Amino acid sequence: MKLLLKIWRQKNANTQGKLVEYVVDHVSPDMSFLEMLDVLNENLVDKNEEPIAFDHDCREGICGMCSLYINGRAHGPQTGVTTCQLHMRSFKDGDTIYIEPWKANGFPVIRDLVVDRSAFDRIIQAGGYVSVNTGAAQDANCIPVSKQDADKAFSAATCIGCGACVATCKNASAMLFVSAKVSQLALLPQGKIEAKDRVLNMVKQMDTEGFGNCTNTGACEIECPKGISLENIARMNREYLVATLSSEK
Amino acid sequence: MSEQTGLLKSSLSKKYLMAISGLFLILFLTQHFIINLLSVFSAEAFNNTSHFMGTNPLIQFVIQPILIFGVVFHFVMGFLLEKQNRAARPQKYAFSNPSANSTWMSRYMILSGAVIFWFLALHFYDFWFPEINTKFIQGDMSGLSIDGNFRYHEELIHKFTNPIRVSIYILAFIFLSLHLLHGFQSAFQSLGARHPKYTPCIKNLGTLYAVAIPLGFAIIAIYHFFSH
Repeated sequence: MKLLLKIWRQKNANTQGKLVEYVVDHVSPDMSFLEMLDVLNENLVDKNEEPIAFDHDCREGICGMCSLYINGRAHGPQTGVTTCQLHMRSFKDGDTIYIEPWKANGFPVIRDLVVDRSAFDRIIQAGGYVSVNTGAAQDANCIPVSKQDADKAFSAATCIGCGACVATCKNASAMLFVSAKVSQLALLPQGKIEAKDRVLNMVKQMDTEGFGNCTNTGACEIECPKGISLENIARMNREYLVATLSSEK
Repeated sequence: MSEQTGLLKSSLSKKYLMAISGLFLILFLTQHFIINLLSVFSAEAFNNTSHFMGTNPLIQFVIQPILIFGVVFHFVMGFLLEKQNRAARPQKYAFSNPSANSTWMSRYMILSGAVIFWFLALHFYDFWFPEINTKFIQGDMSGLSIDGNFRYHEELIHKFTNPIRVSIYILAFIFLSLHLLHGFQSAFQSLGARHPKYTPCIKNLGTLYAVAIPLGFAIIAIYHFFSH
């Protein structure tokens, strides 16, 4: 396969970025999208040009490091996959592919296709945890949890924090991420103790980081590689409403 | 900043207020539609109801100000949210494909809302301002025309003799429908009212309402245009 790539290049957060065209040849349909970029970078290094910076780590869809806005969609044209799980067989020989970083006020560009997602870490620090007393751990079976709640909490916990929800949202809203992190704890008995403070603090941090509001377009749910449901956003809306009306803070 | 003032500024609180004001306006729209429908079936019933709505002190001085506040609030908050949302992505994508994952209605609520805003300006010019002028500036609370009959039905059909005005109204109803197609069910989601048992019902009811009510308004306008 021979492809024309239009890739966003930006030196750092303070400089203007622009799309730069590259041609990459001998691309196998069995390559992952990131392997195709590896090939391009090897070619650039051979020509003494600056390779393209992009995020990646596990390359098996579980770490949440890879990103990329490919042909106008977060993680490319397939649903339910991260960019590292996207294969070049999803494209045709001679295709033009636009590759851009996540663009959001809360995710400043560090270089080229790499963005700073530490805003998500600060949101987690604001309340995405459960306080546990020290001492010997009690038997897990002492705390009854219904299978249904356990499954819902697990589904919410599959969020890998990649930021595709923010990238794809027309308002660059982080509601799907924050709601998944609120839900995974709010659904379980261990998380109920701090539930009110958690949702208030996490939403406050989300707003401070400059993410937009939710318009319920549902784009995030479709683009999320882990299929996190909008049900979580509704749950967070309920949690926040109750906490707003009843918290002493 | 205290937590209390922070709550009013939070993104979620703004969405609750948007949803509540939106649902309130949906209720208003329903009663407006029912009264308009009377004009098709009985001029007398329409006249009597209009006179009651226009002269009842509870409706005029309590409910009407709440309604006006609701309308203004929904518009102002809508534009403030839009401004914030645009600021959340200062650098746009060079290439984006939003239709792959969301509906046109959900993305362009601000556009359909703006069309409804300009329509309301015309609608107020047509009906509300003359009404306020007759009742509260000229002080004529009788609701009667020169011939001694109620004037409301006559005024209504007179407005719908102009094809340009009827066309503008129908265009506005189309945008109202687009706005409601997303807004009705979105309001429930914003308030956290989502459940596998009743959410499908809310979505279906929302679609039915969003199509039936604006279509009904349009049919009433067309009926008066052709029947007089």
